[in-house]
Amino acid sequence: MKRELRLMKGNEAIAEAAIRAGCDGYFGYPITPQSEILEYLMEEKPHERTGMVVLQAESEVAAINMVYGGAGCGKKVMTSSSSPGISLKQEGLSYIAGAELPCLVVNIVRGGPGLGTIQPAQSDYFQAVKGGGHGDYKLLVLAPASVQEMADFVELGFELAFKYRNPVMILSDGIIGQMMEKVYLNPQKERSSENLEWATTGKPAGSERTIITSLELDSAKQEVFNQKLIDKYREMERSEVRVEEFQTEDADYLLVSYGSSARICQRAVDLARAEGLKVGLIRLITLFPFPKKRLEELAGSVKGMMAVEMSAGQMVEDVMLSVCGKVPVVHFGRMGGIIPTPEEVIENLKTKIIGG
Amino acid sequence: MSESFDKKSMIDEANLAYKKSEVMTENVLSYCPGCGHGTAHRLIAEVIEEGDLQDKTIGVCPVGCSVLMYNSLDIDMQQAAHGRAPAVATAVKRLMPEKFVFTYQGDGDLAAIGTAETLHACNRGENFLIVFINNAIYGMTGGQMAPTTLPGMRSSTSPHGRDTILMGNPLKMTELVAKLPGTYFVTRQSVHTPAAVRKTKKALRKAVEYQQQSKGTCFIEIVSNCPSGWKMTALQSNEWMEENMFPFYPLGDIKVPEE
Repeated sequence: MKRELRLMKGNEAIAEAAIRAGCDGYFGYPITPQSEILEYLMEEKPHERTGMVVLQAESEVAAINMVYGGAGCGKKVMTSSSSPGISLKQEGLSYIAGAELPCLVVNIVRGGPGLGTIQPAQSDYFQAVKGGGHGDYKLLVLAPASVQEMADFVELGFELAFKYRNPVMILSDGIIGQMMEKVYLNPQKERSSENLEWATTGKPAGSERTIITSLELDSAKQEVFNQKLIDKYREMERSEVRVEEFQTEDADYLLVSYGSSARICQRAVDLARAEGLKVGLIRLITLFPFPKKRLEELAGSVKGMMAVEMSAGQMVEDVMLSVCGKVPVVHFGRMGGIIPTPEEVIENLKTKIIGG
Repeated sequence: MSESFDKKSMIDEANLAYKKSEVMTENVLSYCPGCGHGTAHRLIAEVIEEGDLQDKTIGVCPVGCSVLMYNSLDIDMQQAAHGRAPAVATAVKRLMPEKFVFTYQGDGDLAAIGTAETLHACNRGENFLIVFINNAIYGMTGGQMAPTTLPGMRSSTSPHGRDTILMGNPLKMTELVAKLPGTYFVTRQSVHTPAAVRKTKKALRKAVEYQQQSKGTCFIEIVSNCPSGWKMTALQSNEWMEENMFPFYPLGDIKVPEE
């Protein structure tokens, strides 16, 4: 497969990858730092390239409900936004999960709470991996750490969304959204014209009608449905956990990180190793499902772990739950749009774990 | 909801003056006796059947009394979040332009929580039909004040009557959307008499035709009753509707295409 090499912003890579993945529809609303996704799509006229529908909605709320409608027709549809806008989409995401519809949602995270800052952060972790909206449900969450992965995870995200009939979120941040890197793009995929049996495409004569809904007034049936969802999430935990490890084989101390922070940690590992400290890194690629088992295993071989994330400490809770107190787990993070340096990471590792 | 009548045991075929549309399912309607929703459902079903559109229709039903519309109509349907049906239908129609797409929304859904989605879909001229049932009350949640509740009208959240200074004014959405460039056909009808039913059906037929011609948004308000929410008998509610609702929400076409 011949891939085309381009220099692109992370946001642009997502948009271009969406067209090439055979996406049927994108519905979005402008918000910094992700507006380039909608801008790029409008500039590219994907309707002419592939027939893909692109629409600027009147709000994030409308956009996610357009996604619901398109997904209900069995189409490959997506939306993107940044933190405050993603909060507005939570109602829709809950309905999409409840109606078991596939879709892709991109969050180019900025610091909060409230209007917060337009600078990058990782403070939407809880919202992304714990459900986010009302009711018992999960998103499958992918965390890219490069512009390449921004592009790759669009196709992967759609694949997983349709495999599980569940919304998939790409949880990125303003660093990766805005930075330019080289990226290899897949060739154009054809848009699928397949009619899926669960989708509303017009009731064919002689067959049952299709209903897309999350409503169930019979509690006993609702509980059965909830169990079905749980089974699906357990299956994701068995089959879809993805991590990348750097020098974990002989590590005394483990950094646990994802996305932009993991890039910084990779440099921190090199600096620490140069000082003679045996530091390793596990970079989480899926945030849900969370790599509980691998962390539990690593807890058997390291002396301590430090979760590094640009938040007040969110992912660290899942690390602690995974290792069940076997080794000390601490957190280091900067907030408000401040990006930590590799030196800061080592400094904190020394004071919080090695010396502590 | 799932129980069904055995029609033949109840109705003597010889006396059958009217036949139920094949597009209606056998499920018992979930509406209170005397409510206009059932008639509106039936008309939509008949228009779909007459137009041979059963395999080409995708309906979007809302939150509220008509949330279970999909139990009554034998067509593909999506149930939307409260107020969001026009956004859902926007994507359905844009991605499936060859289908007949409609939303069916109550006053709380369309004129309160879904005001933005409704206005913007109409303003963009999305090529689908919006059927708006206005009975001036939140029926399913137990009779609370709606955006279309009349001045002075009692509801469980305006128990002393709607005070427009305290509670704001009723919203005439139909007049509002008629002003937007994206709407093609805007009308206000009712289904409480045989003559009114015929007019509403005619309006629905036109909306189907205009959608097939990609003319833009068609908007049909049906002023209806809510015997339970209004705390009246079915007959009283229809009389009350004529005396009070129609003067405020006058029936008739508001925007018609230039011939």
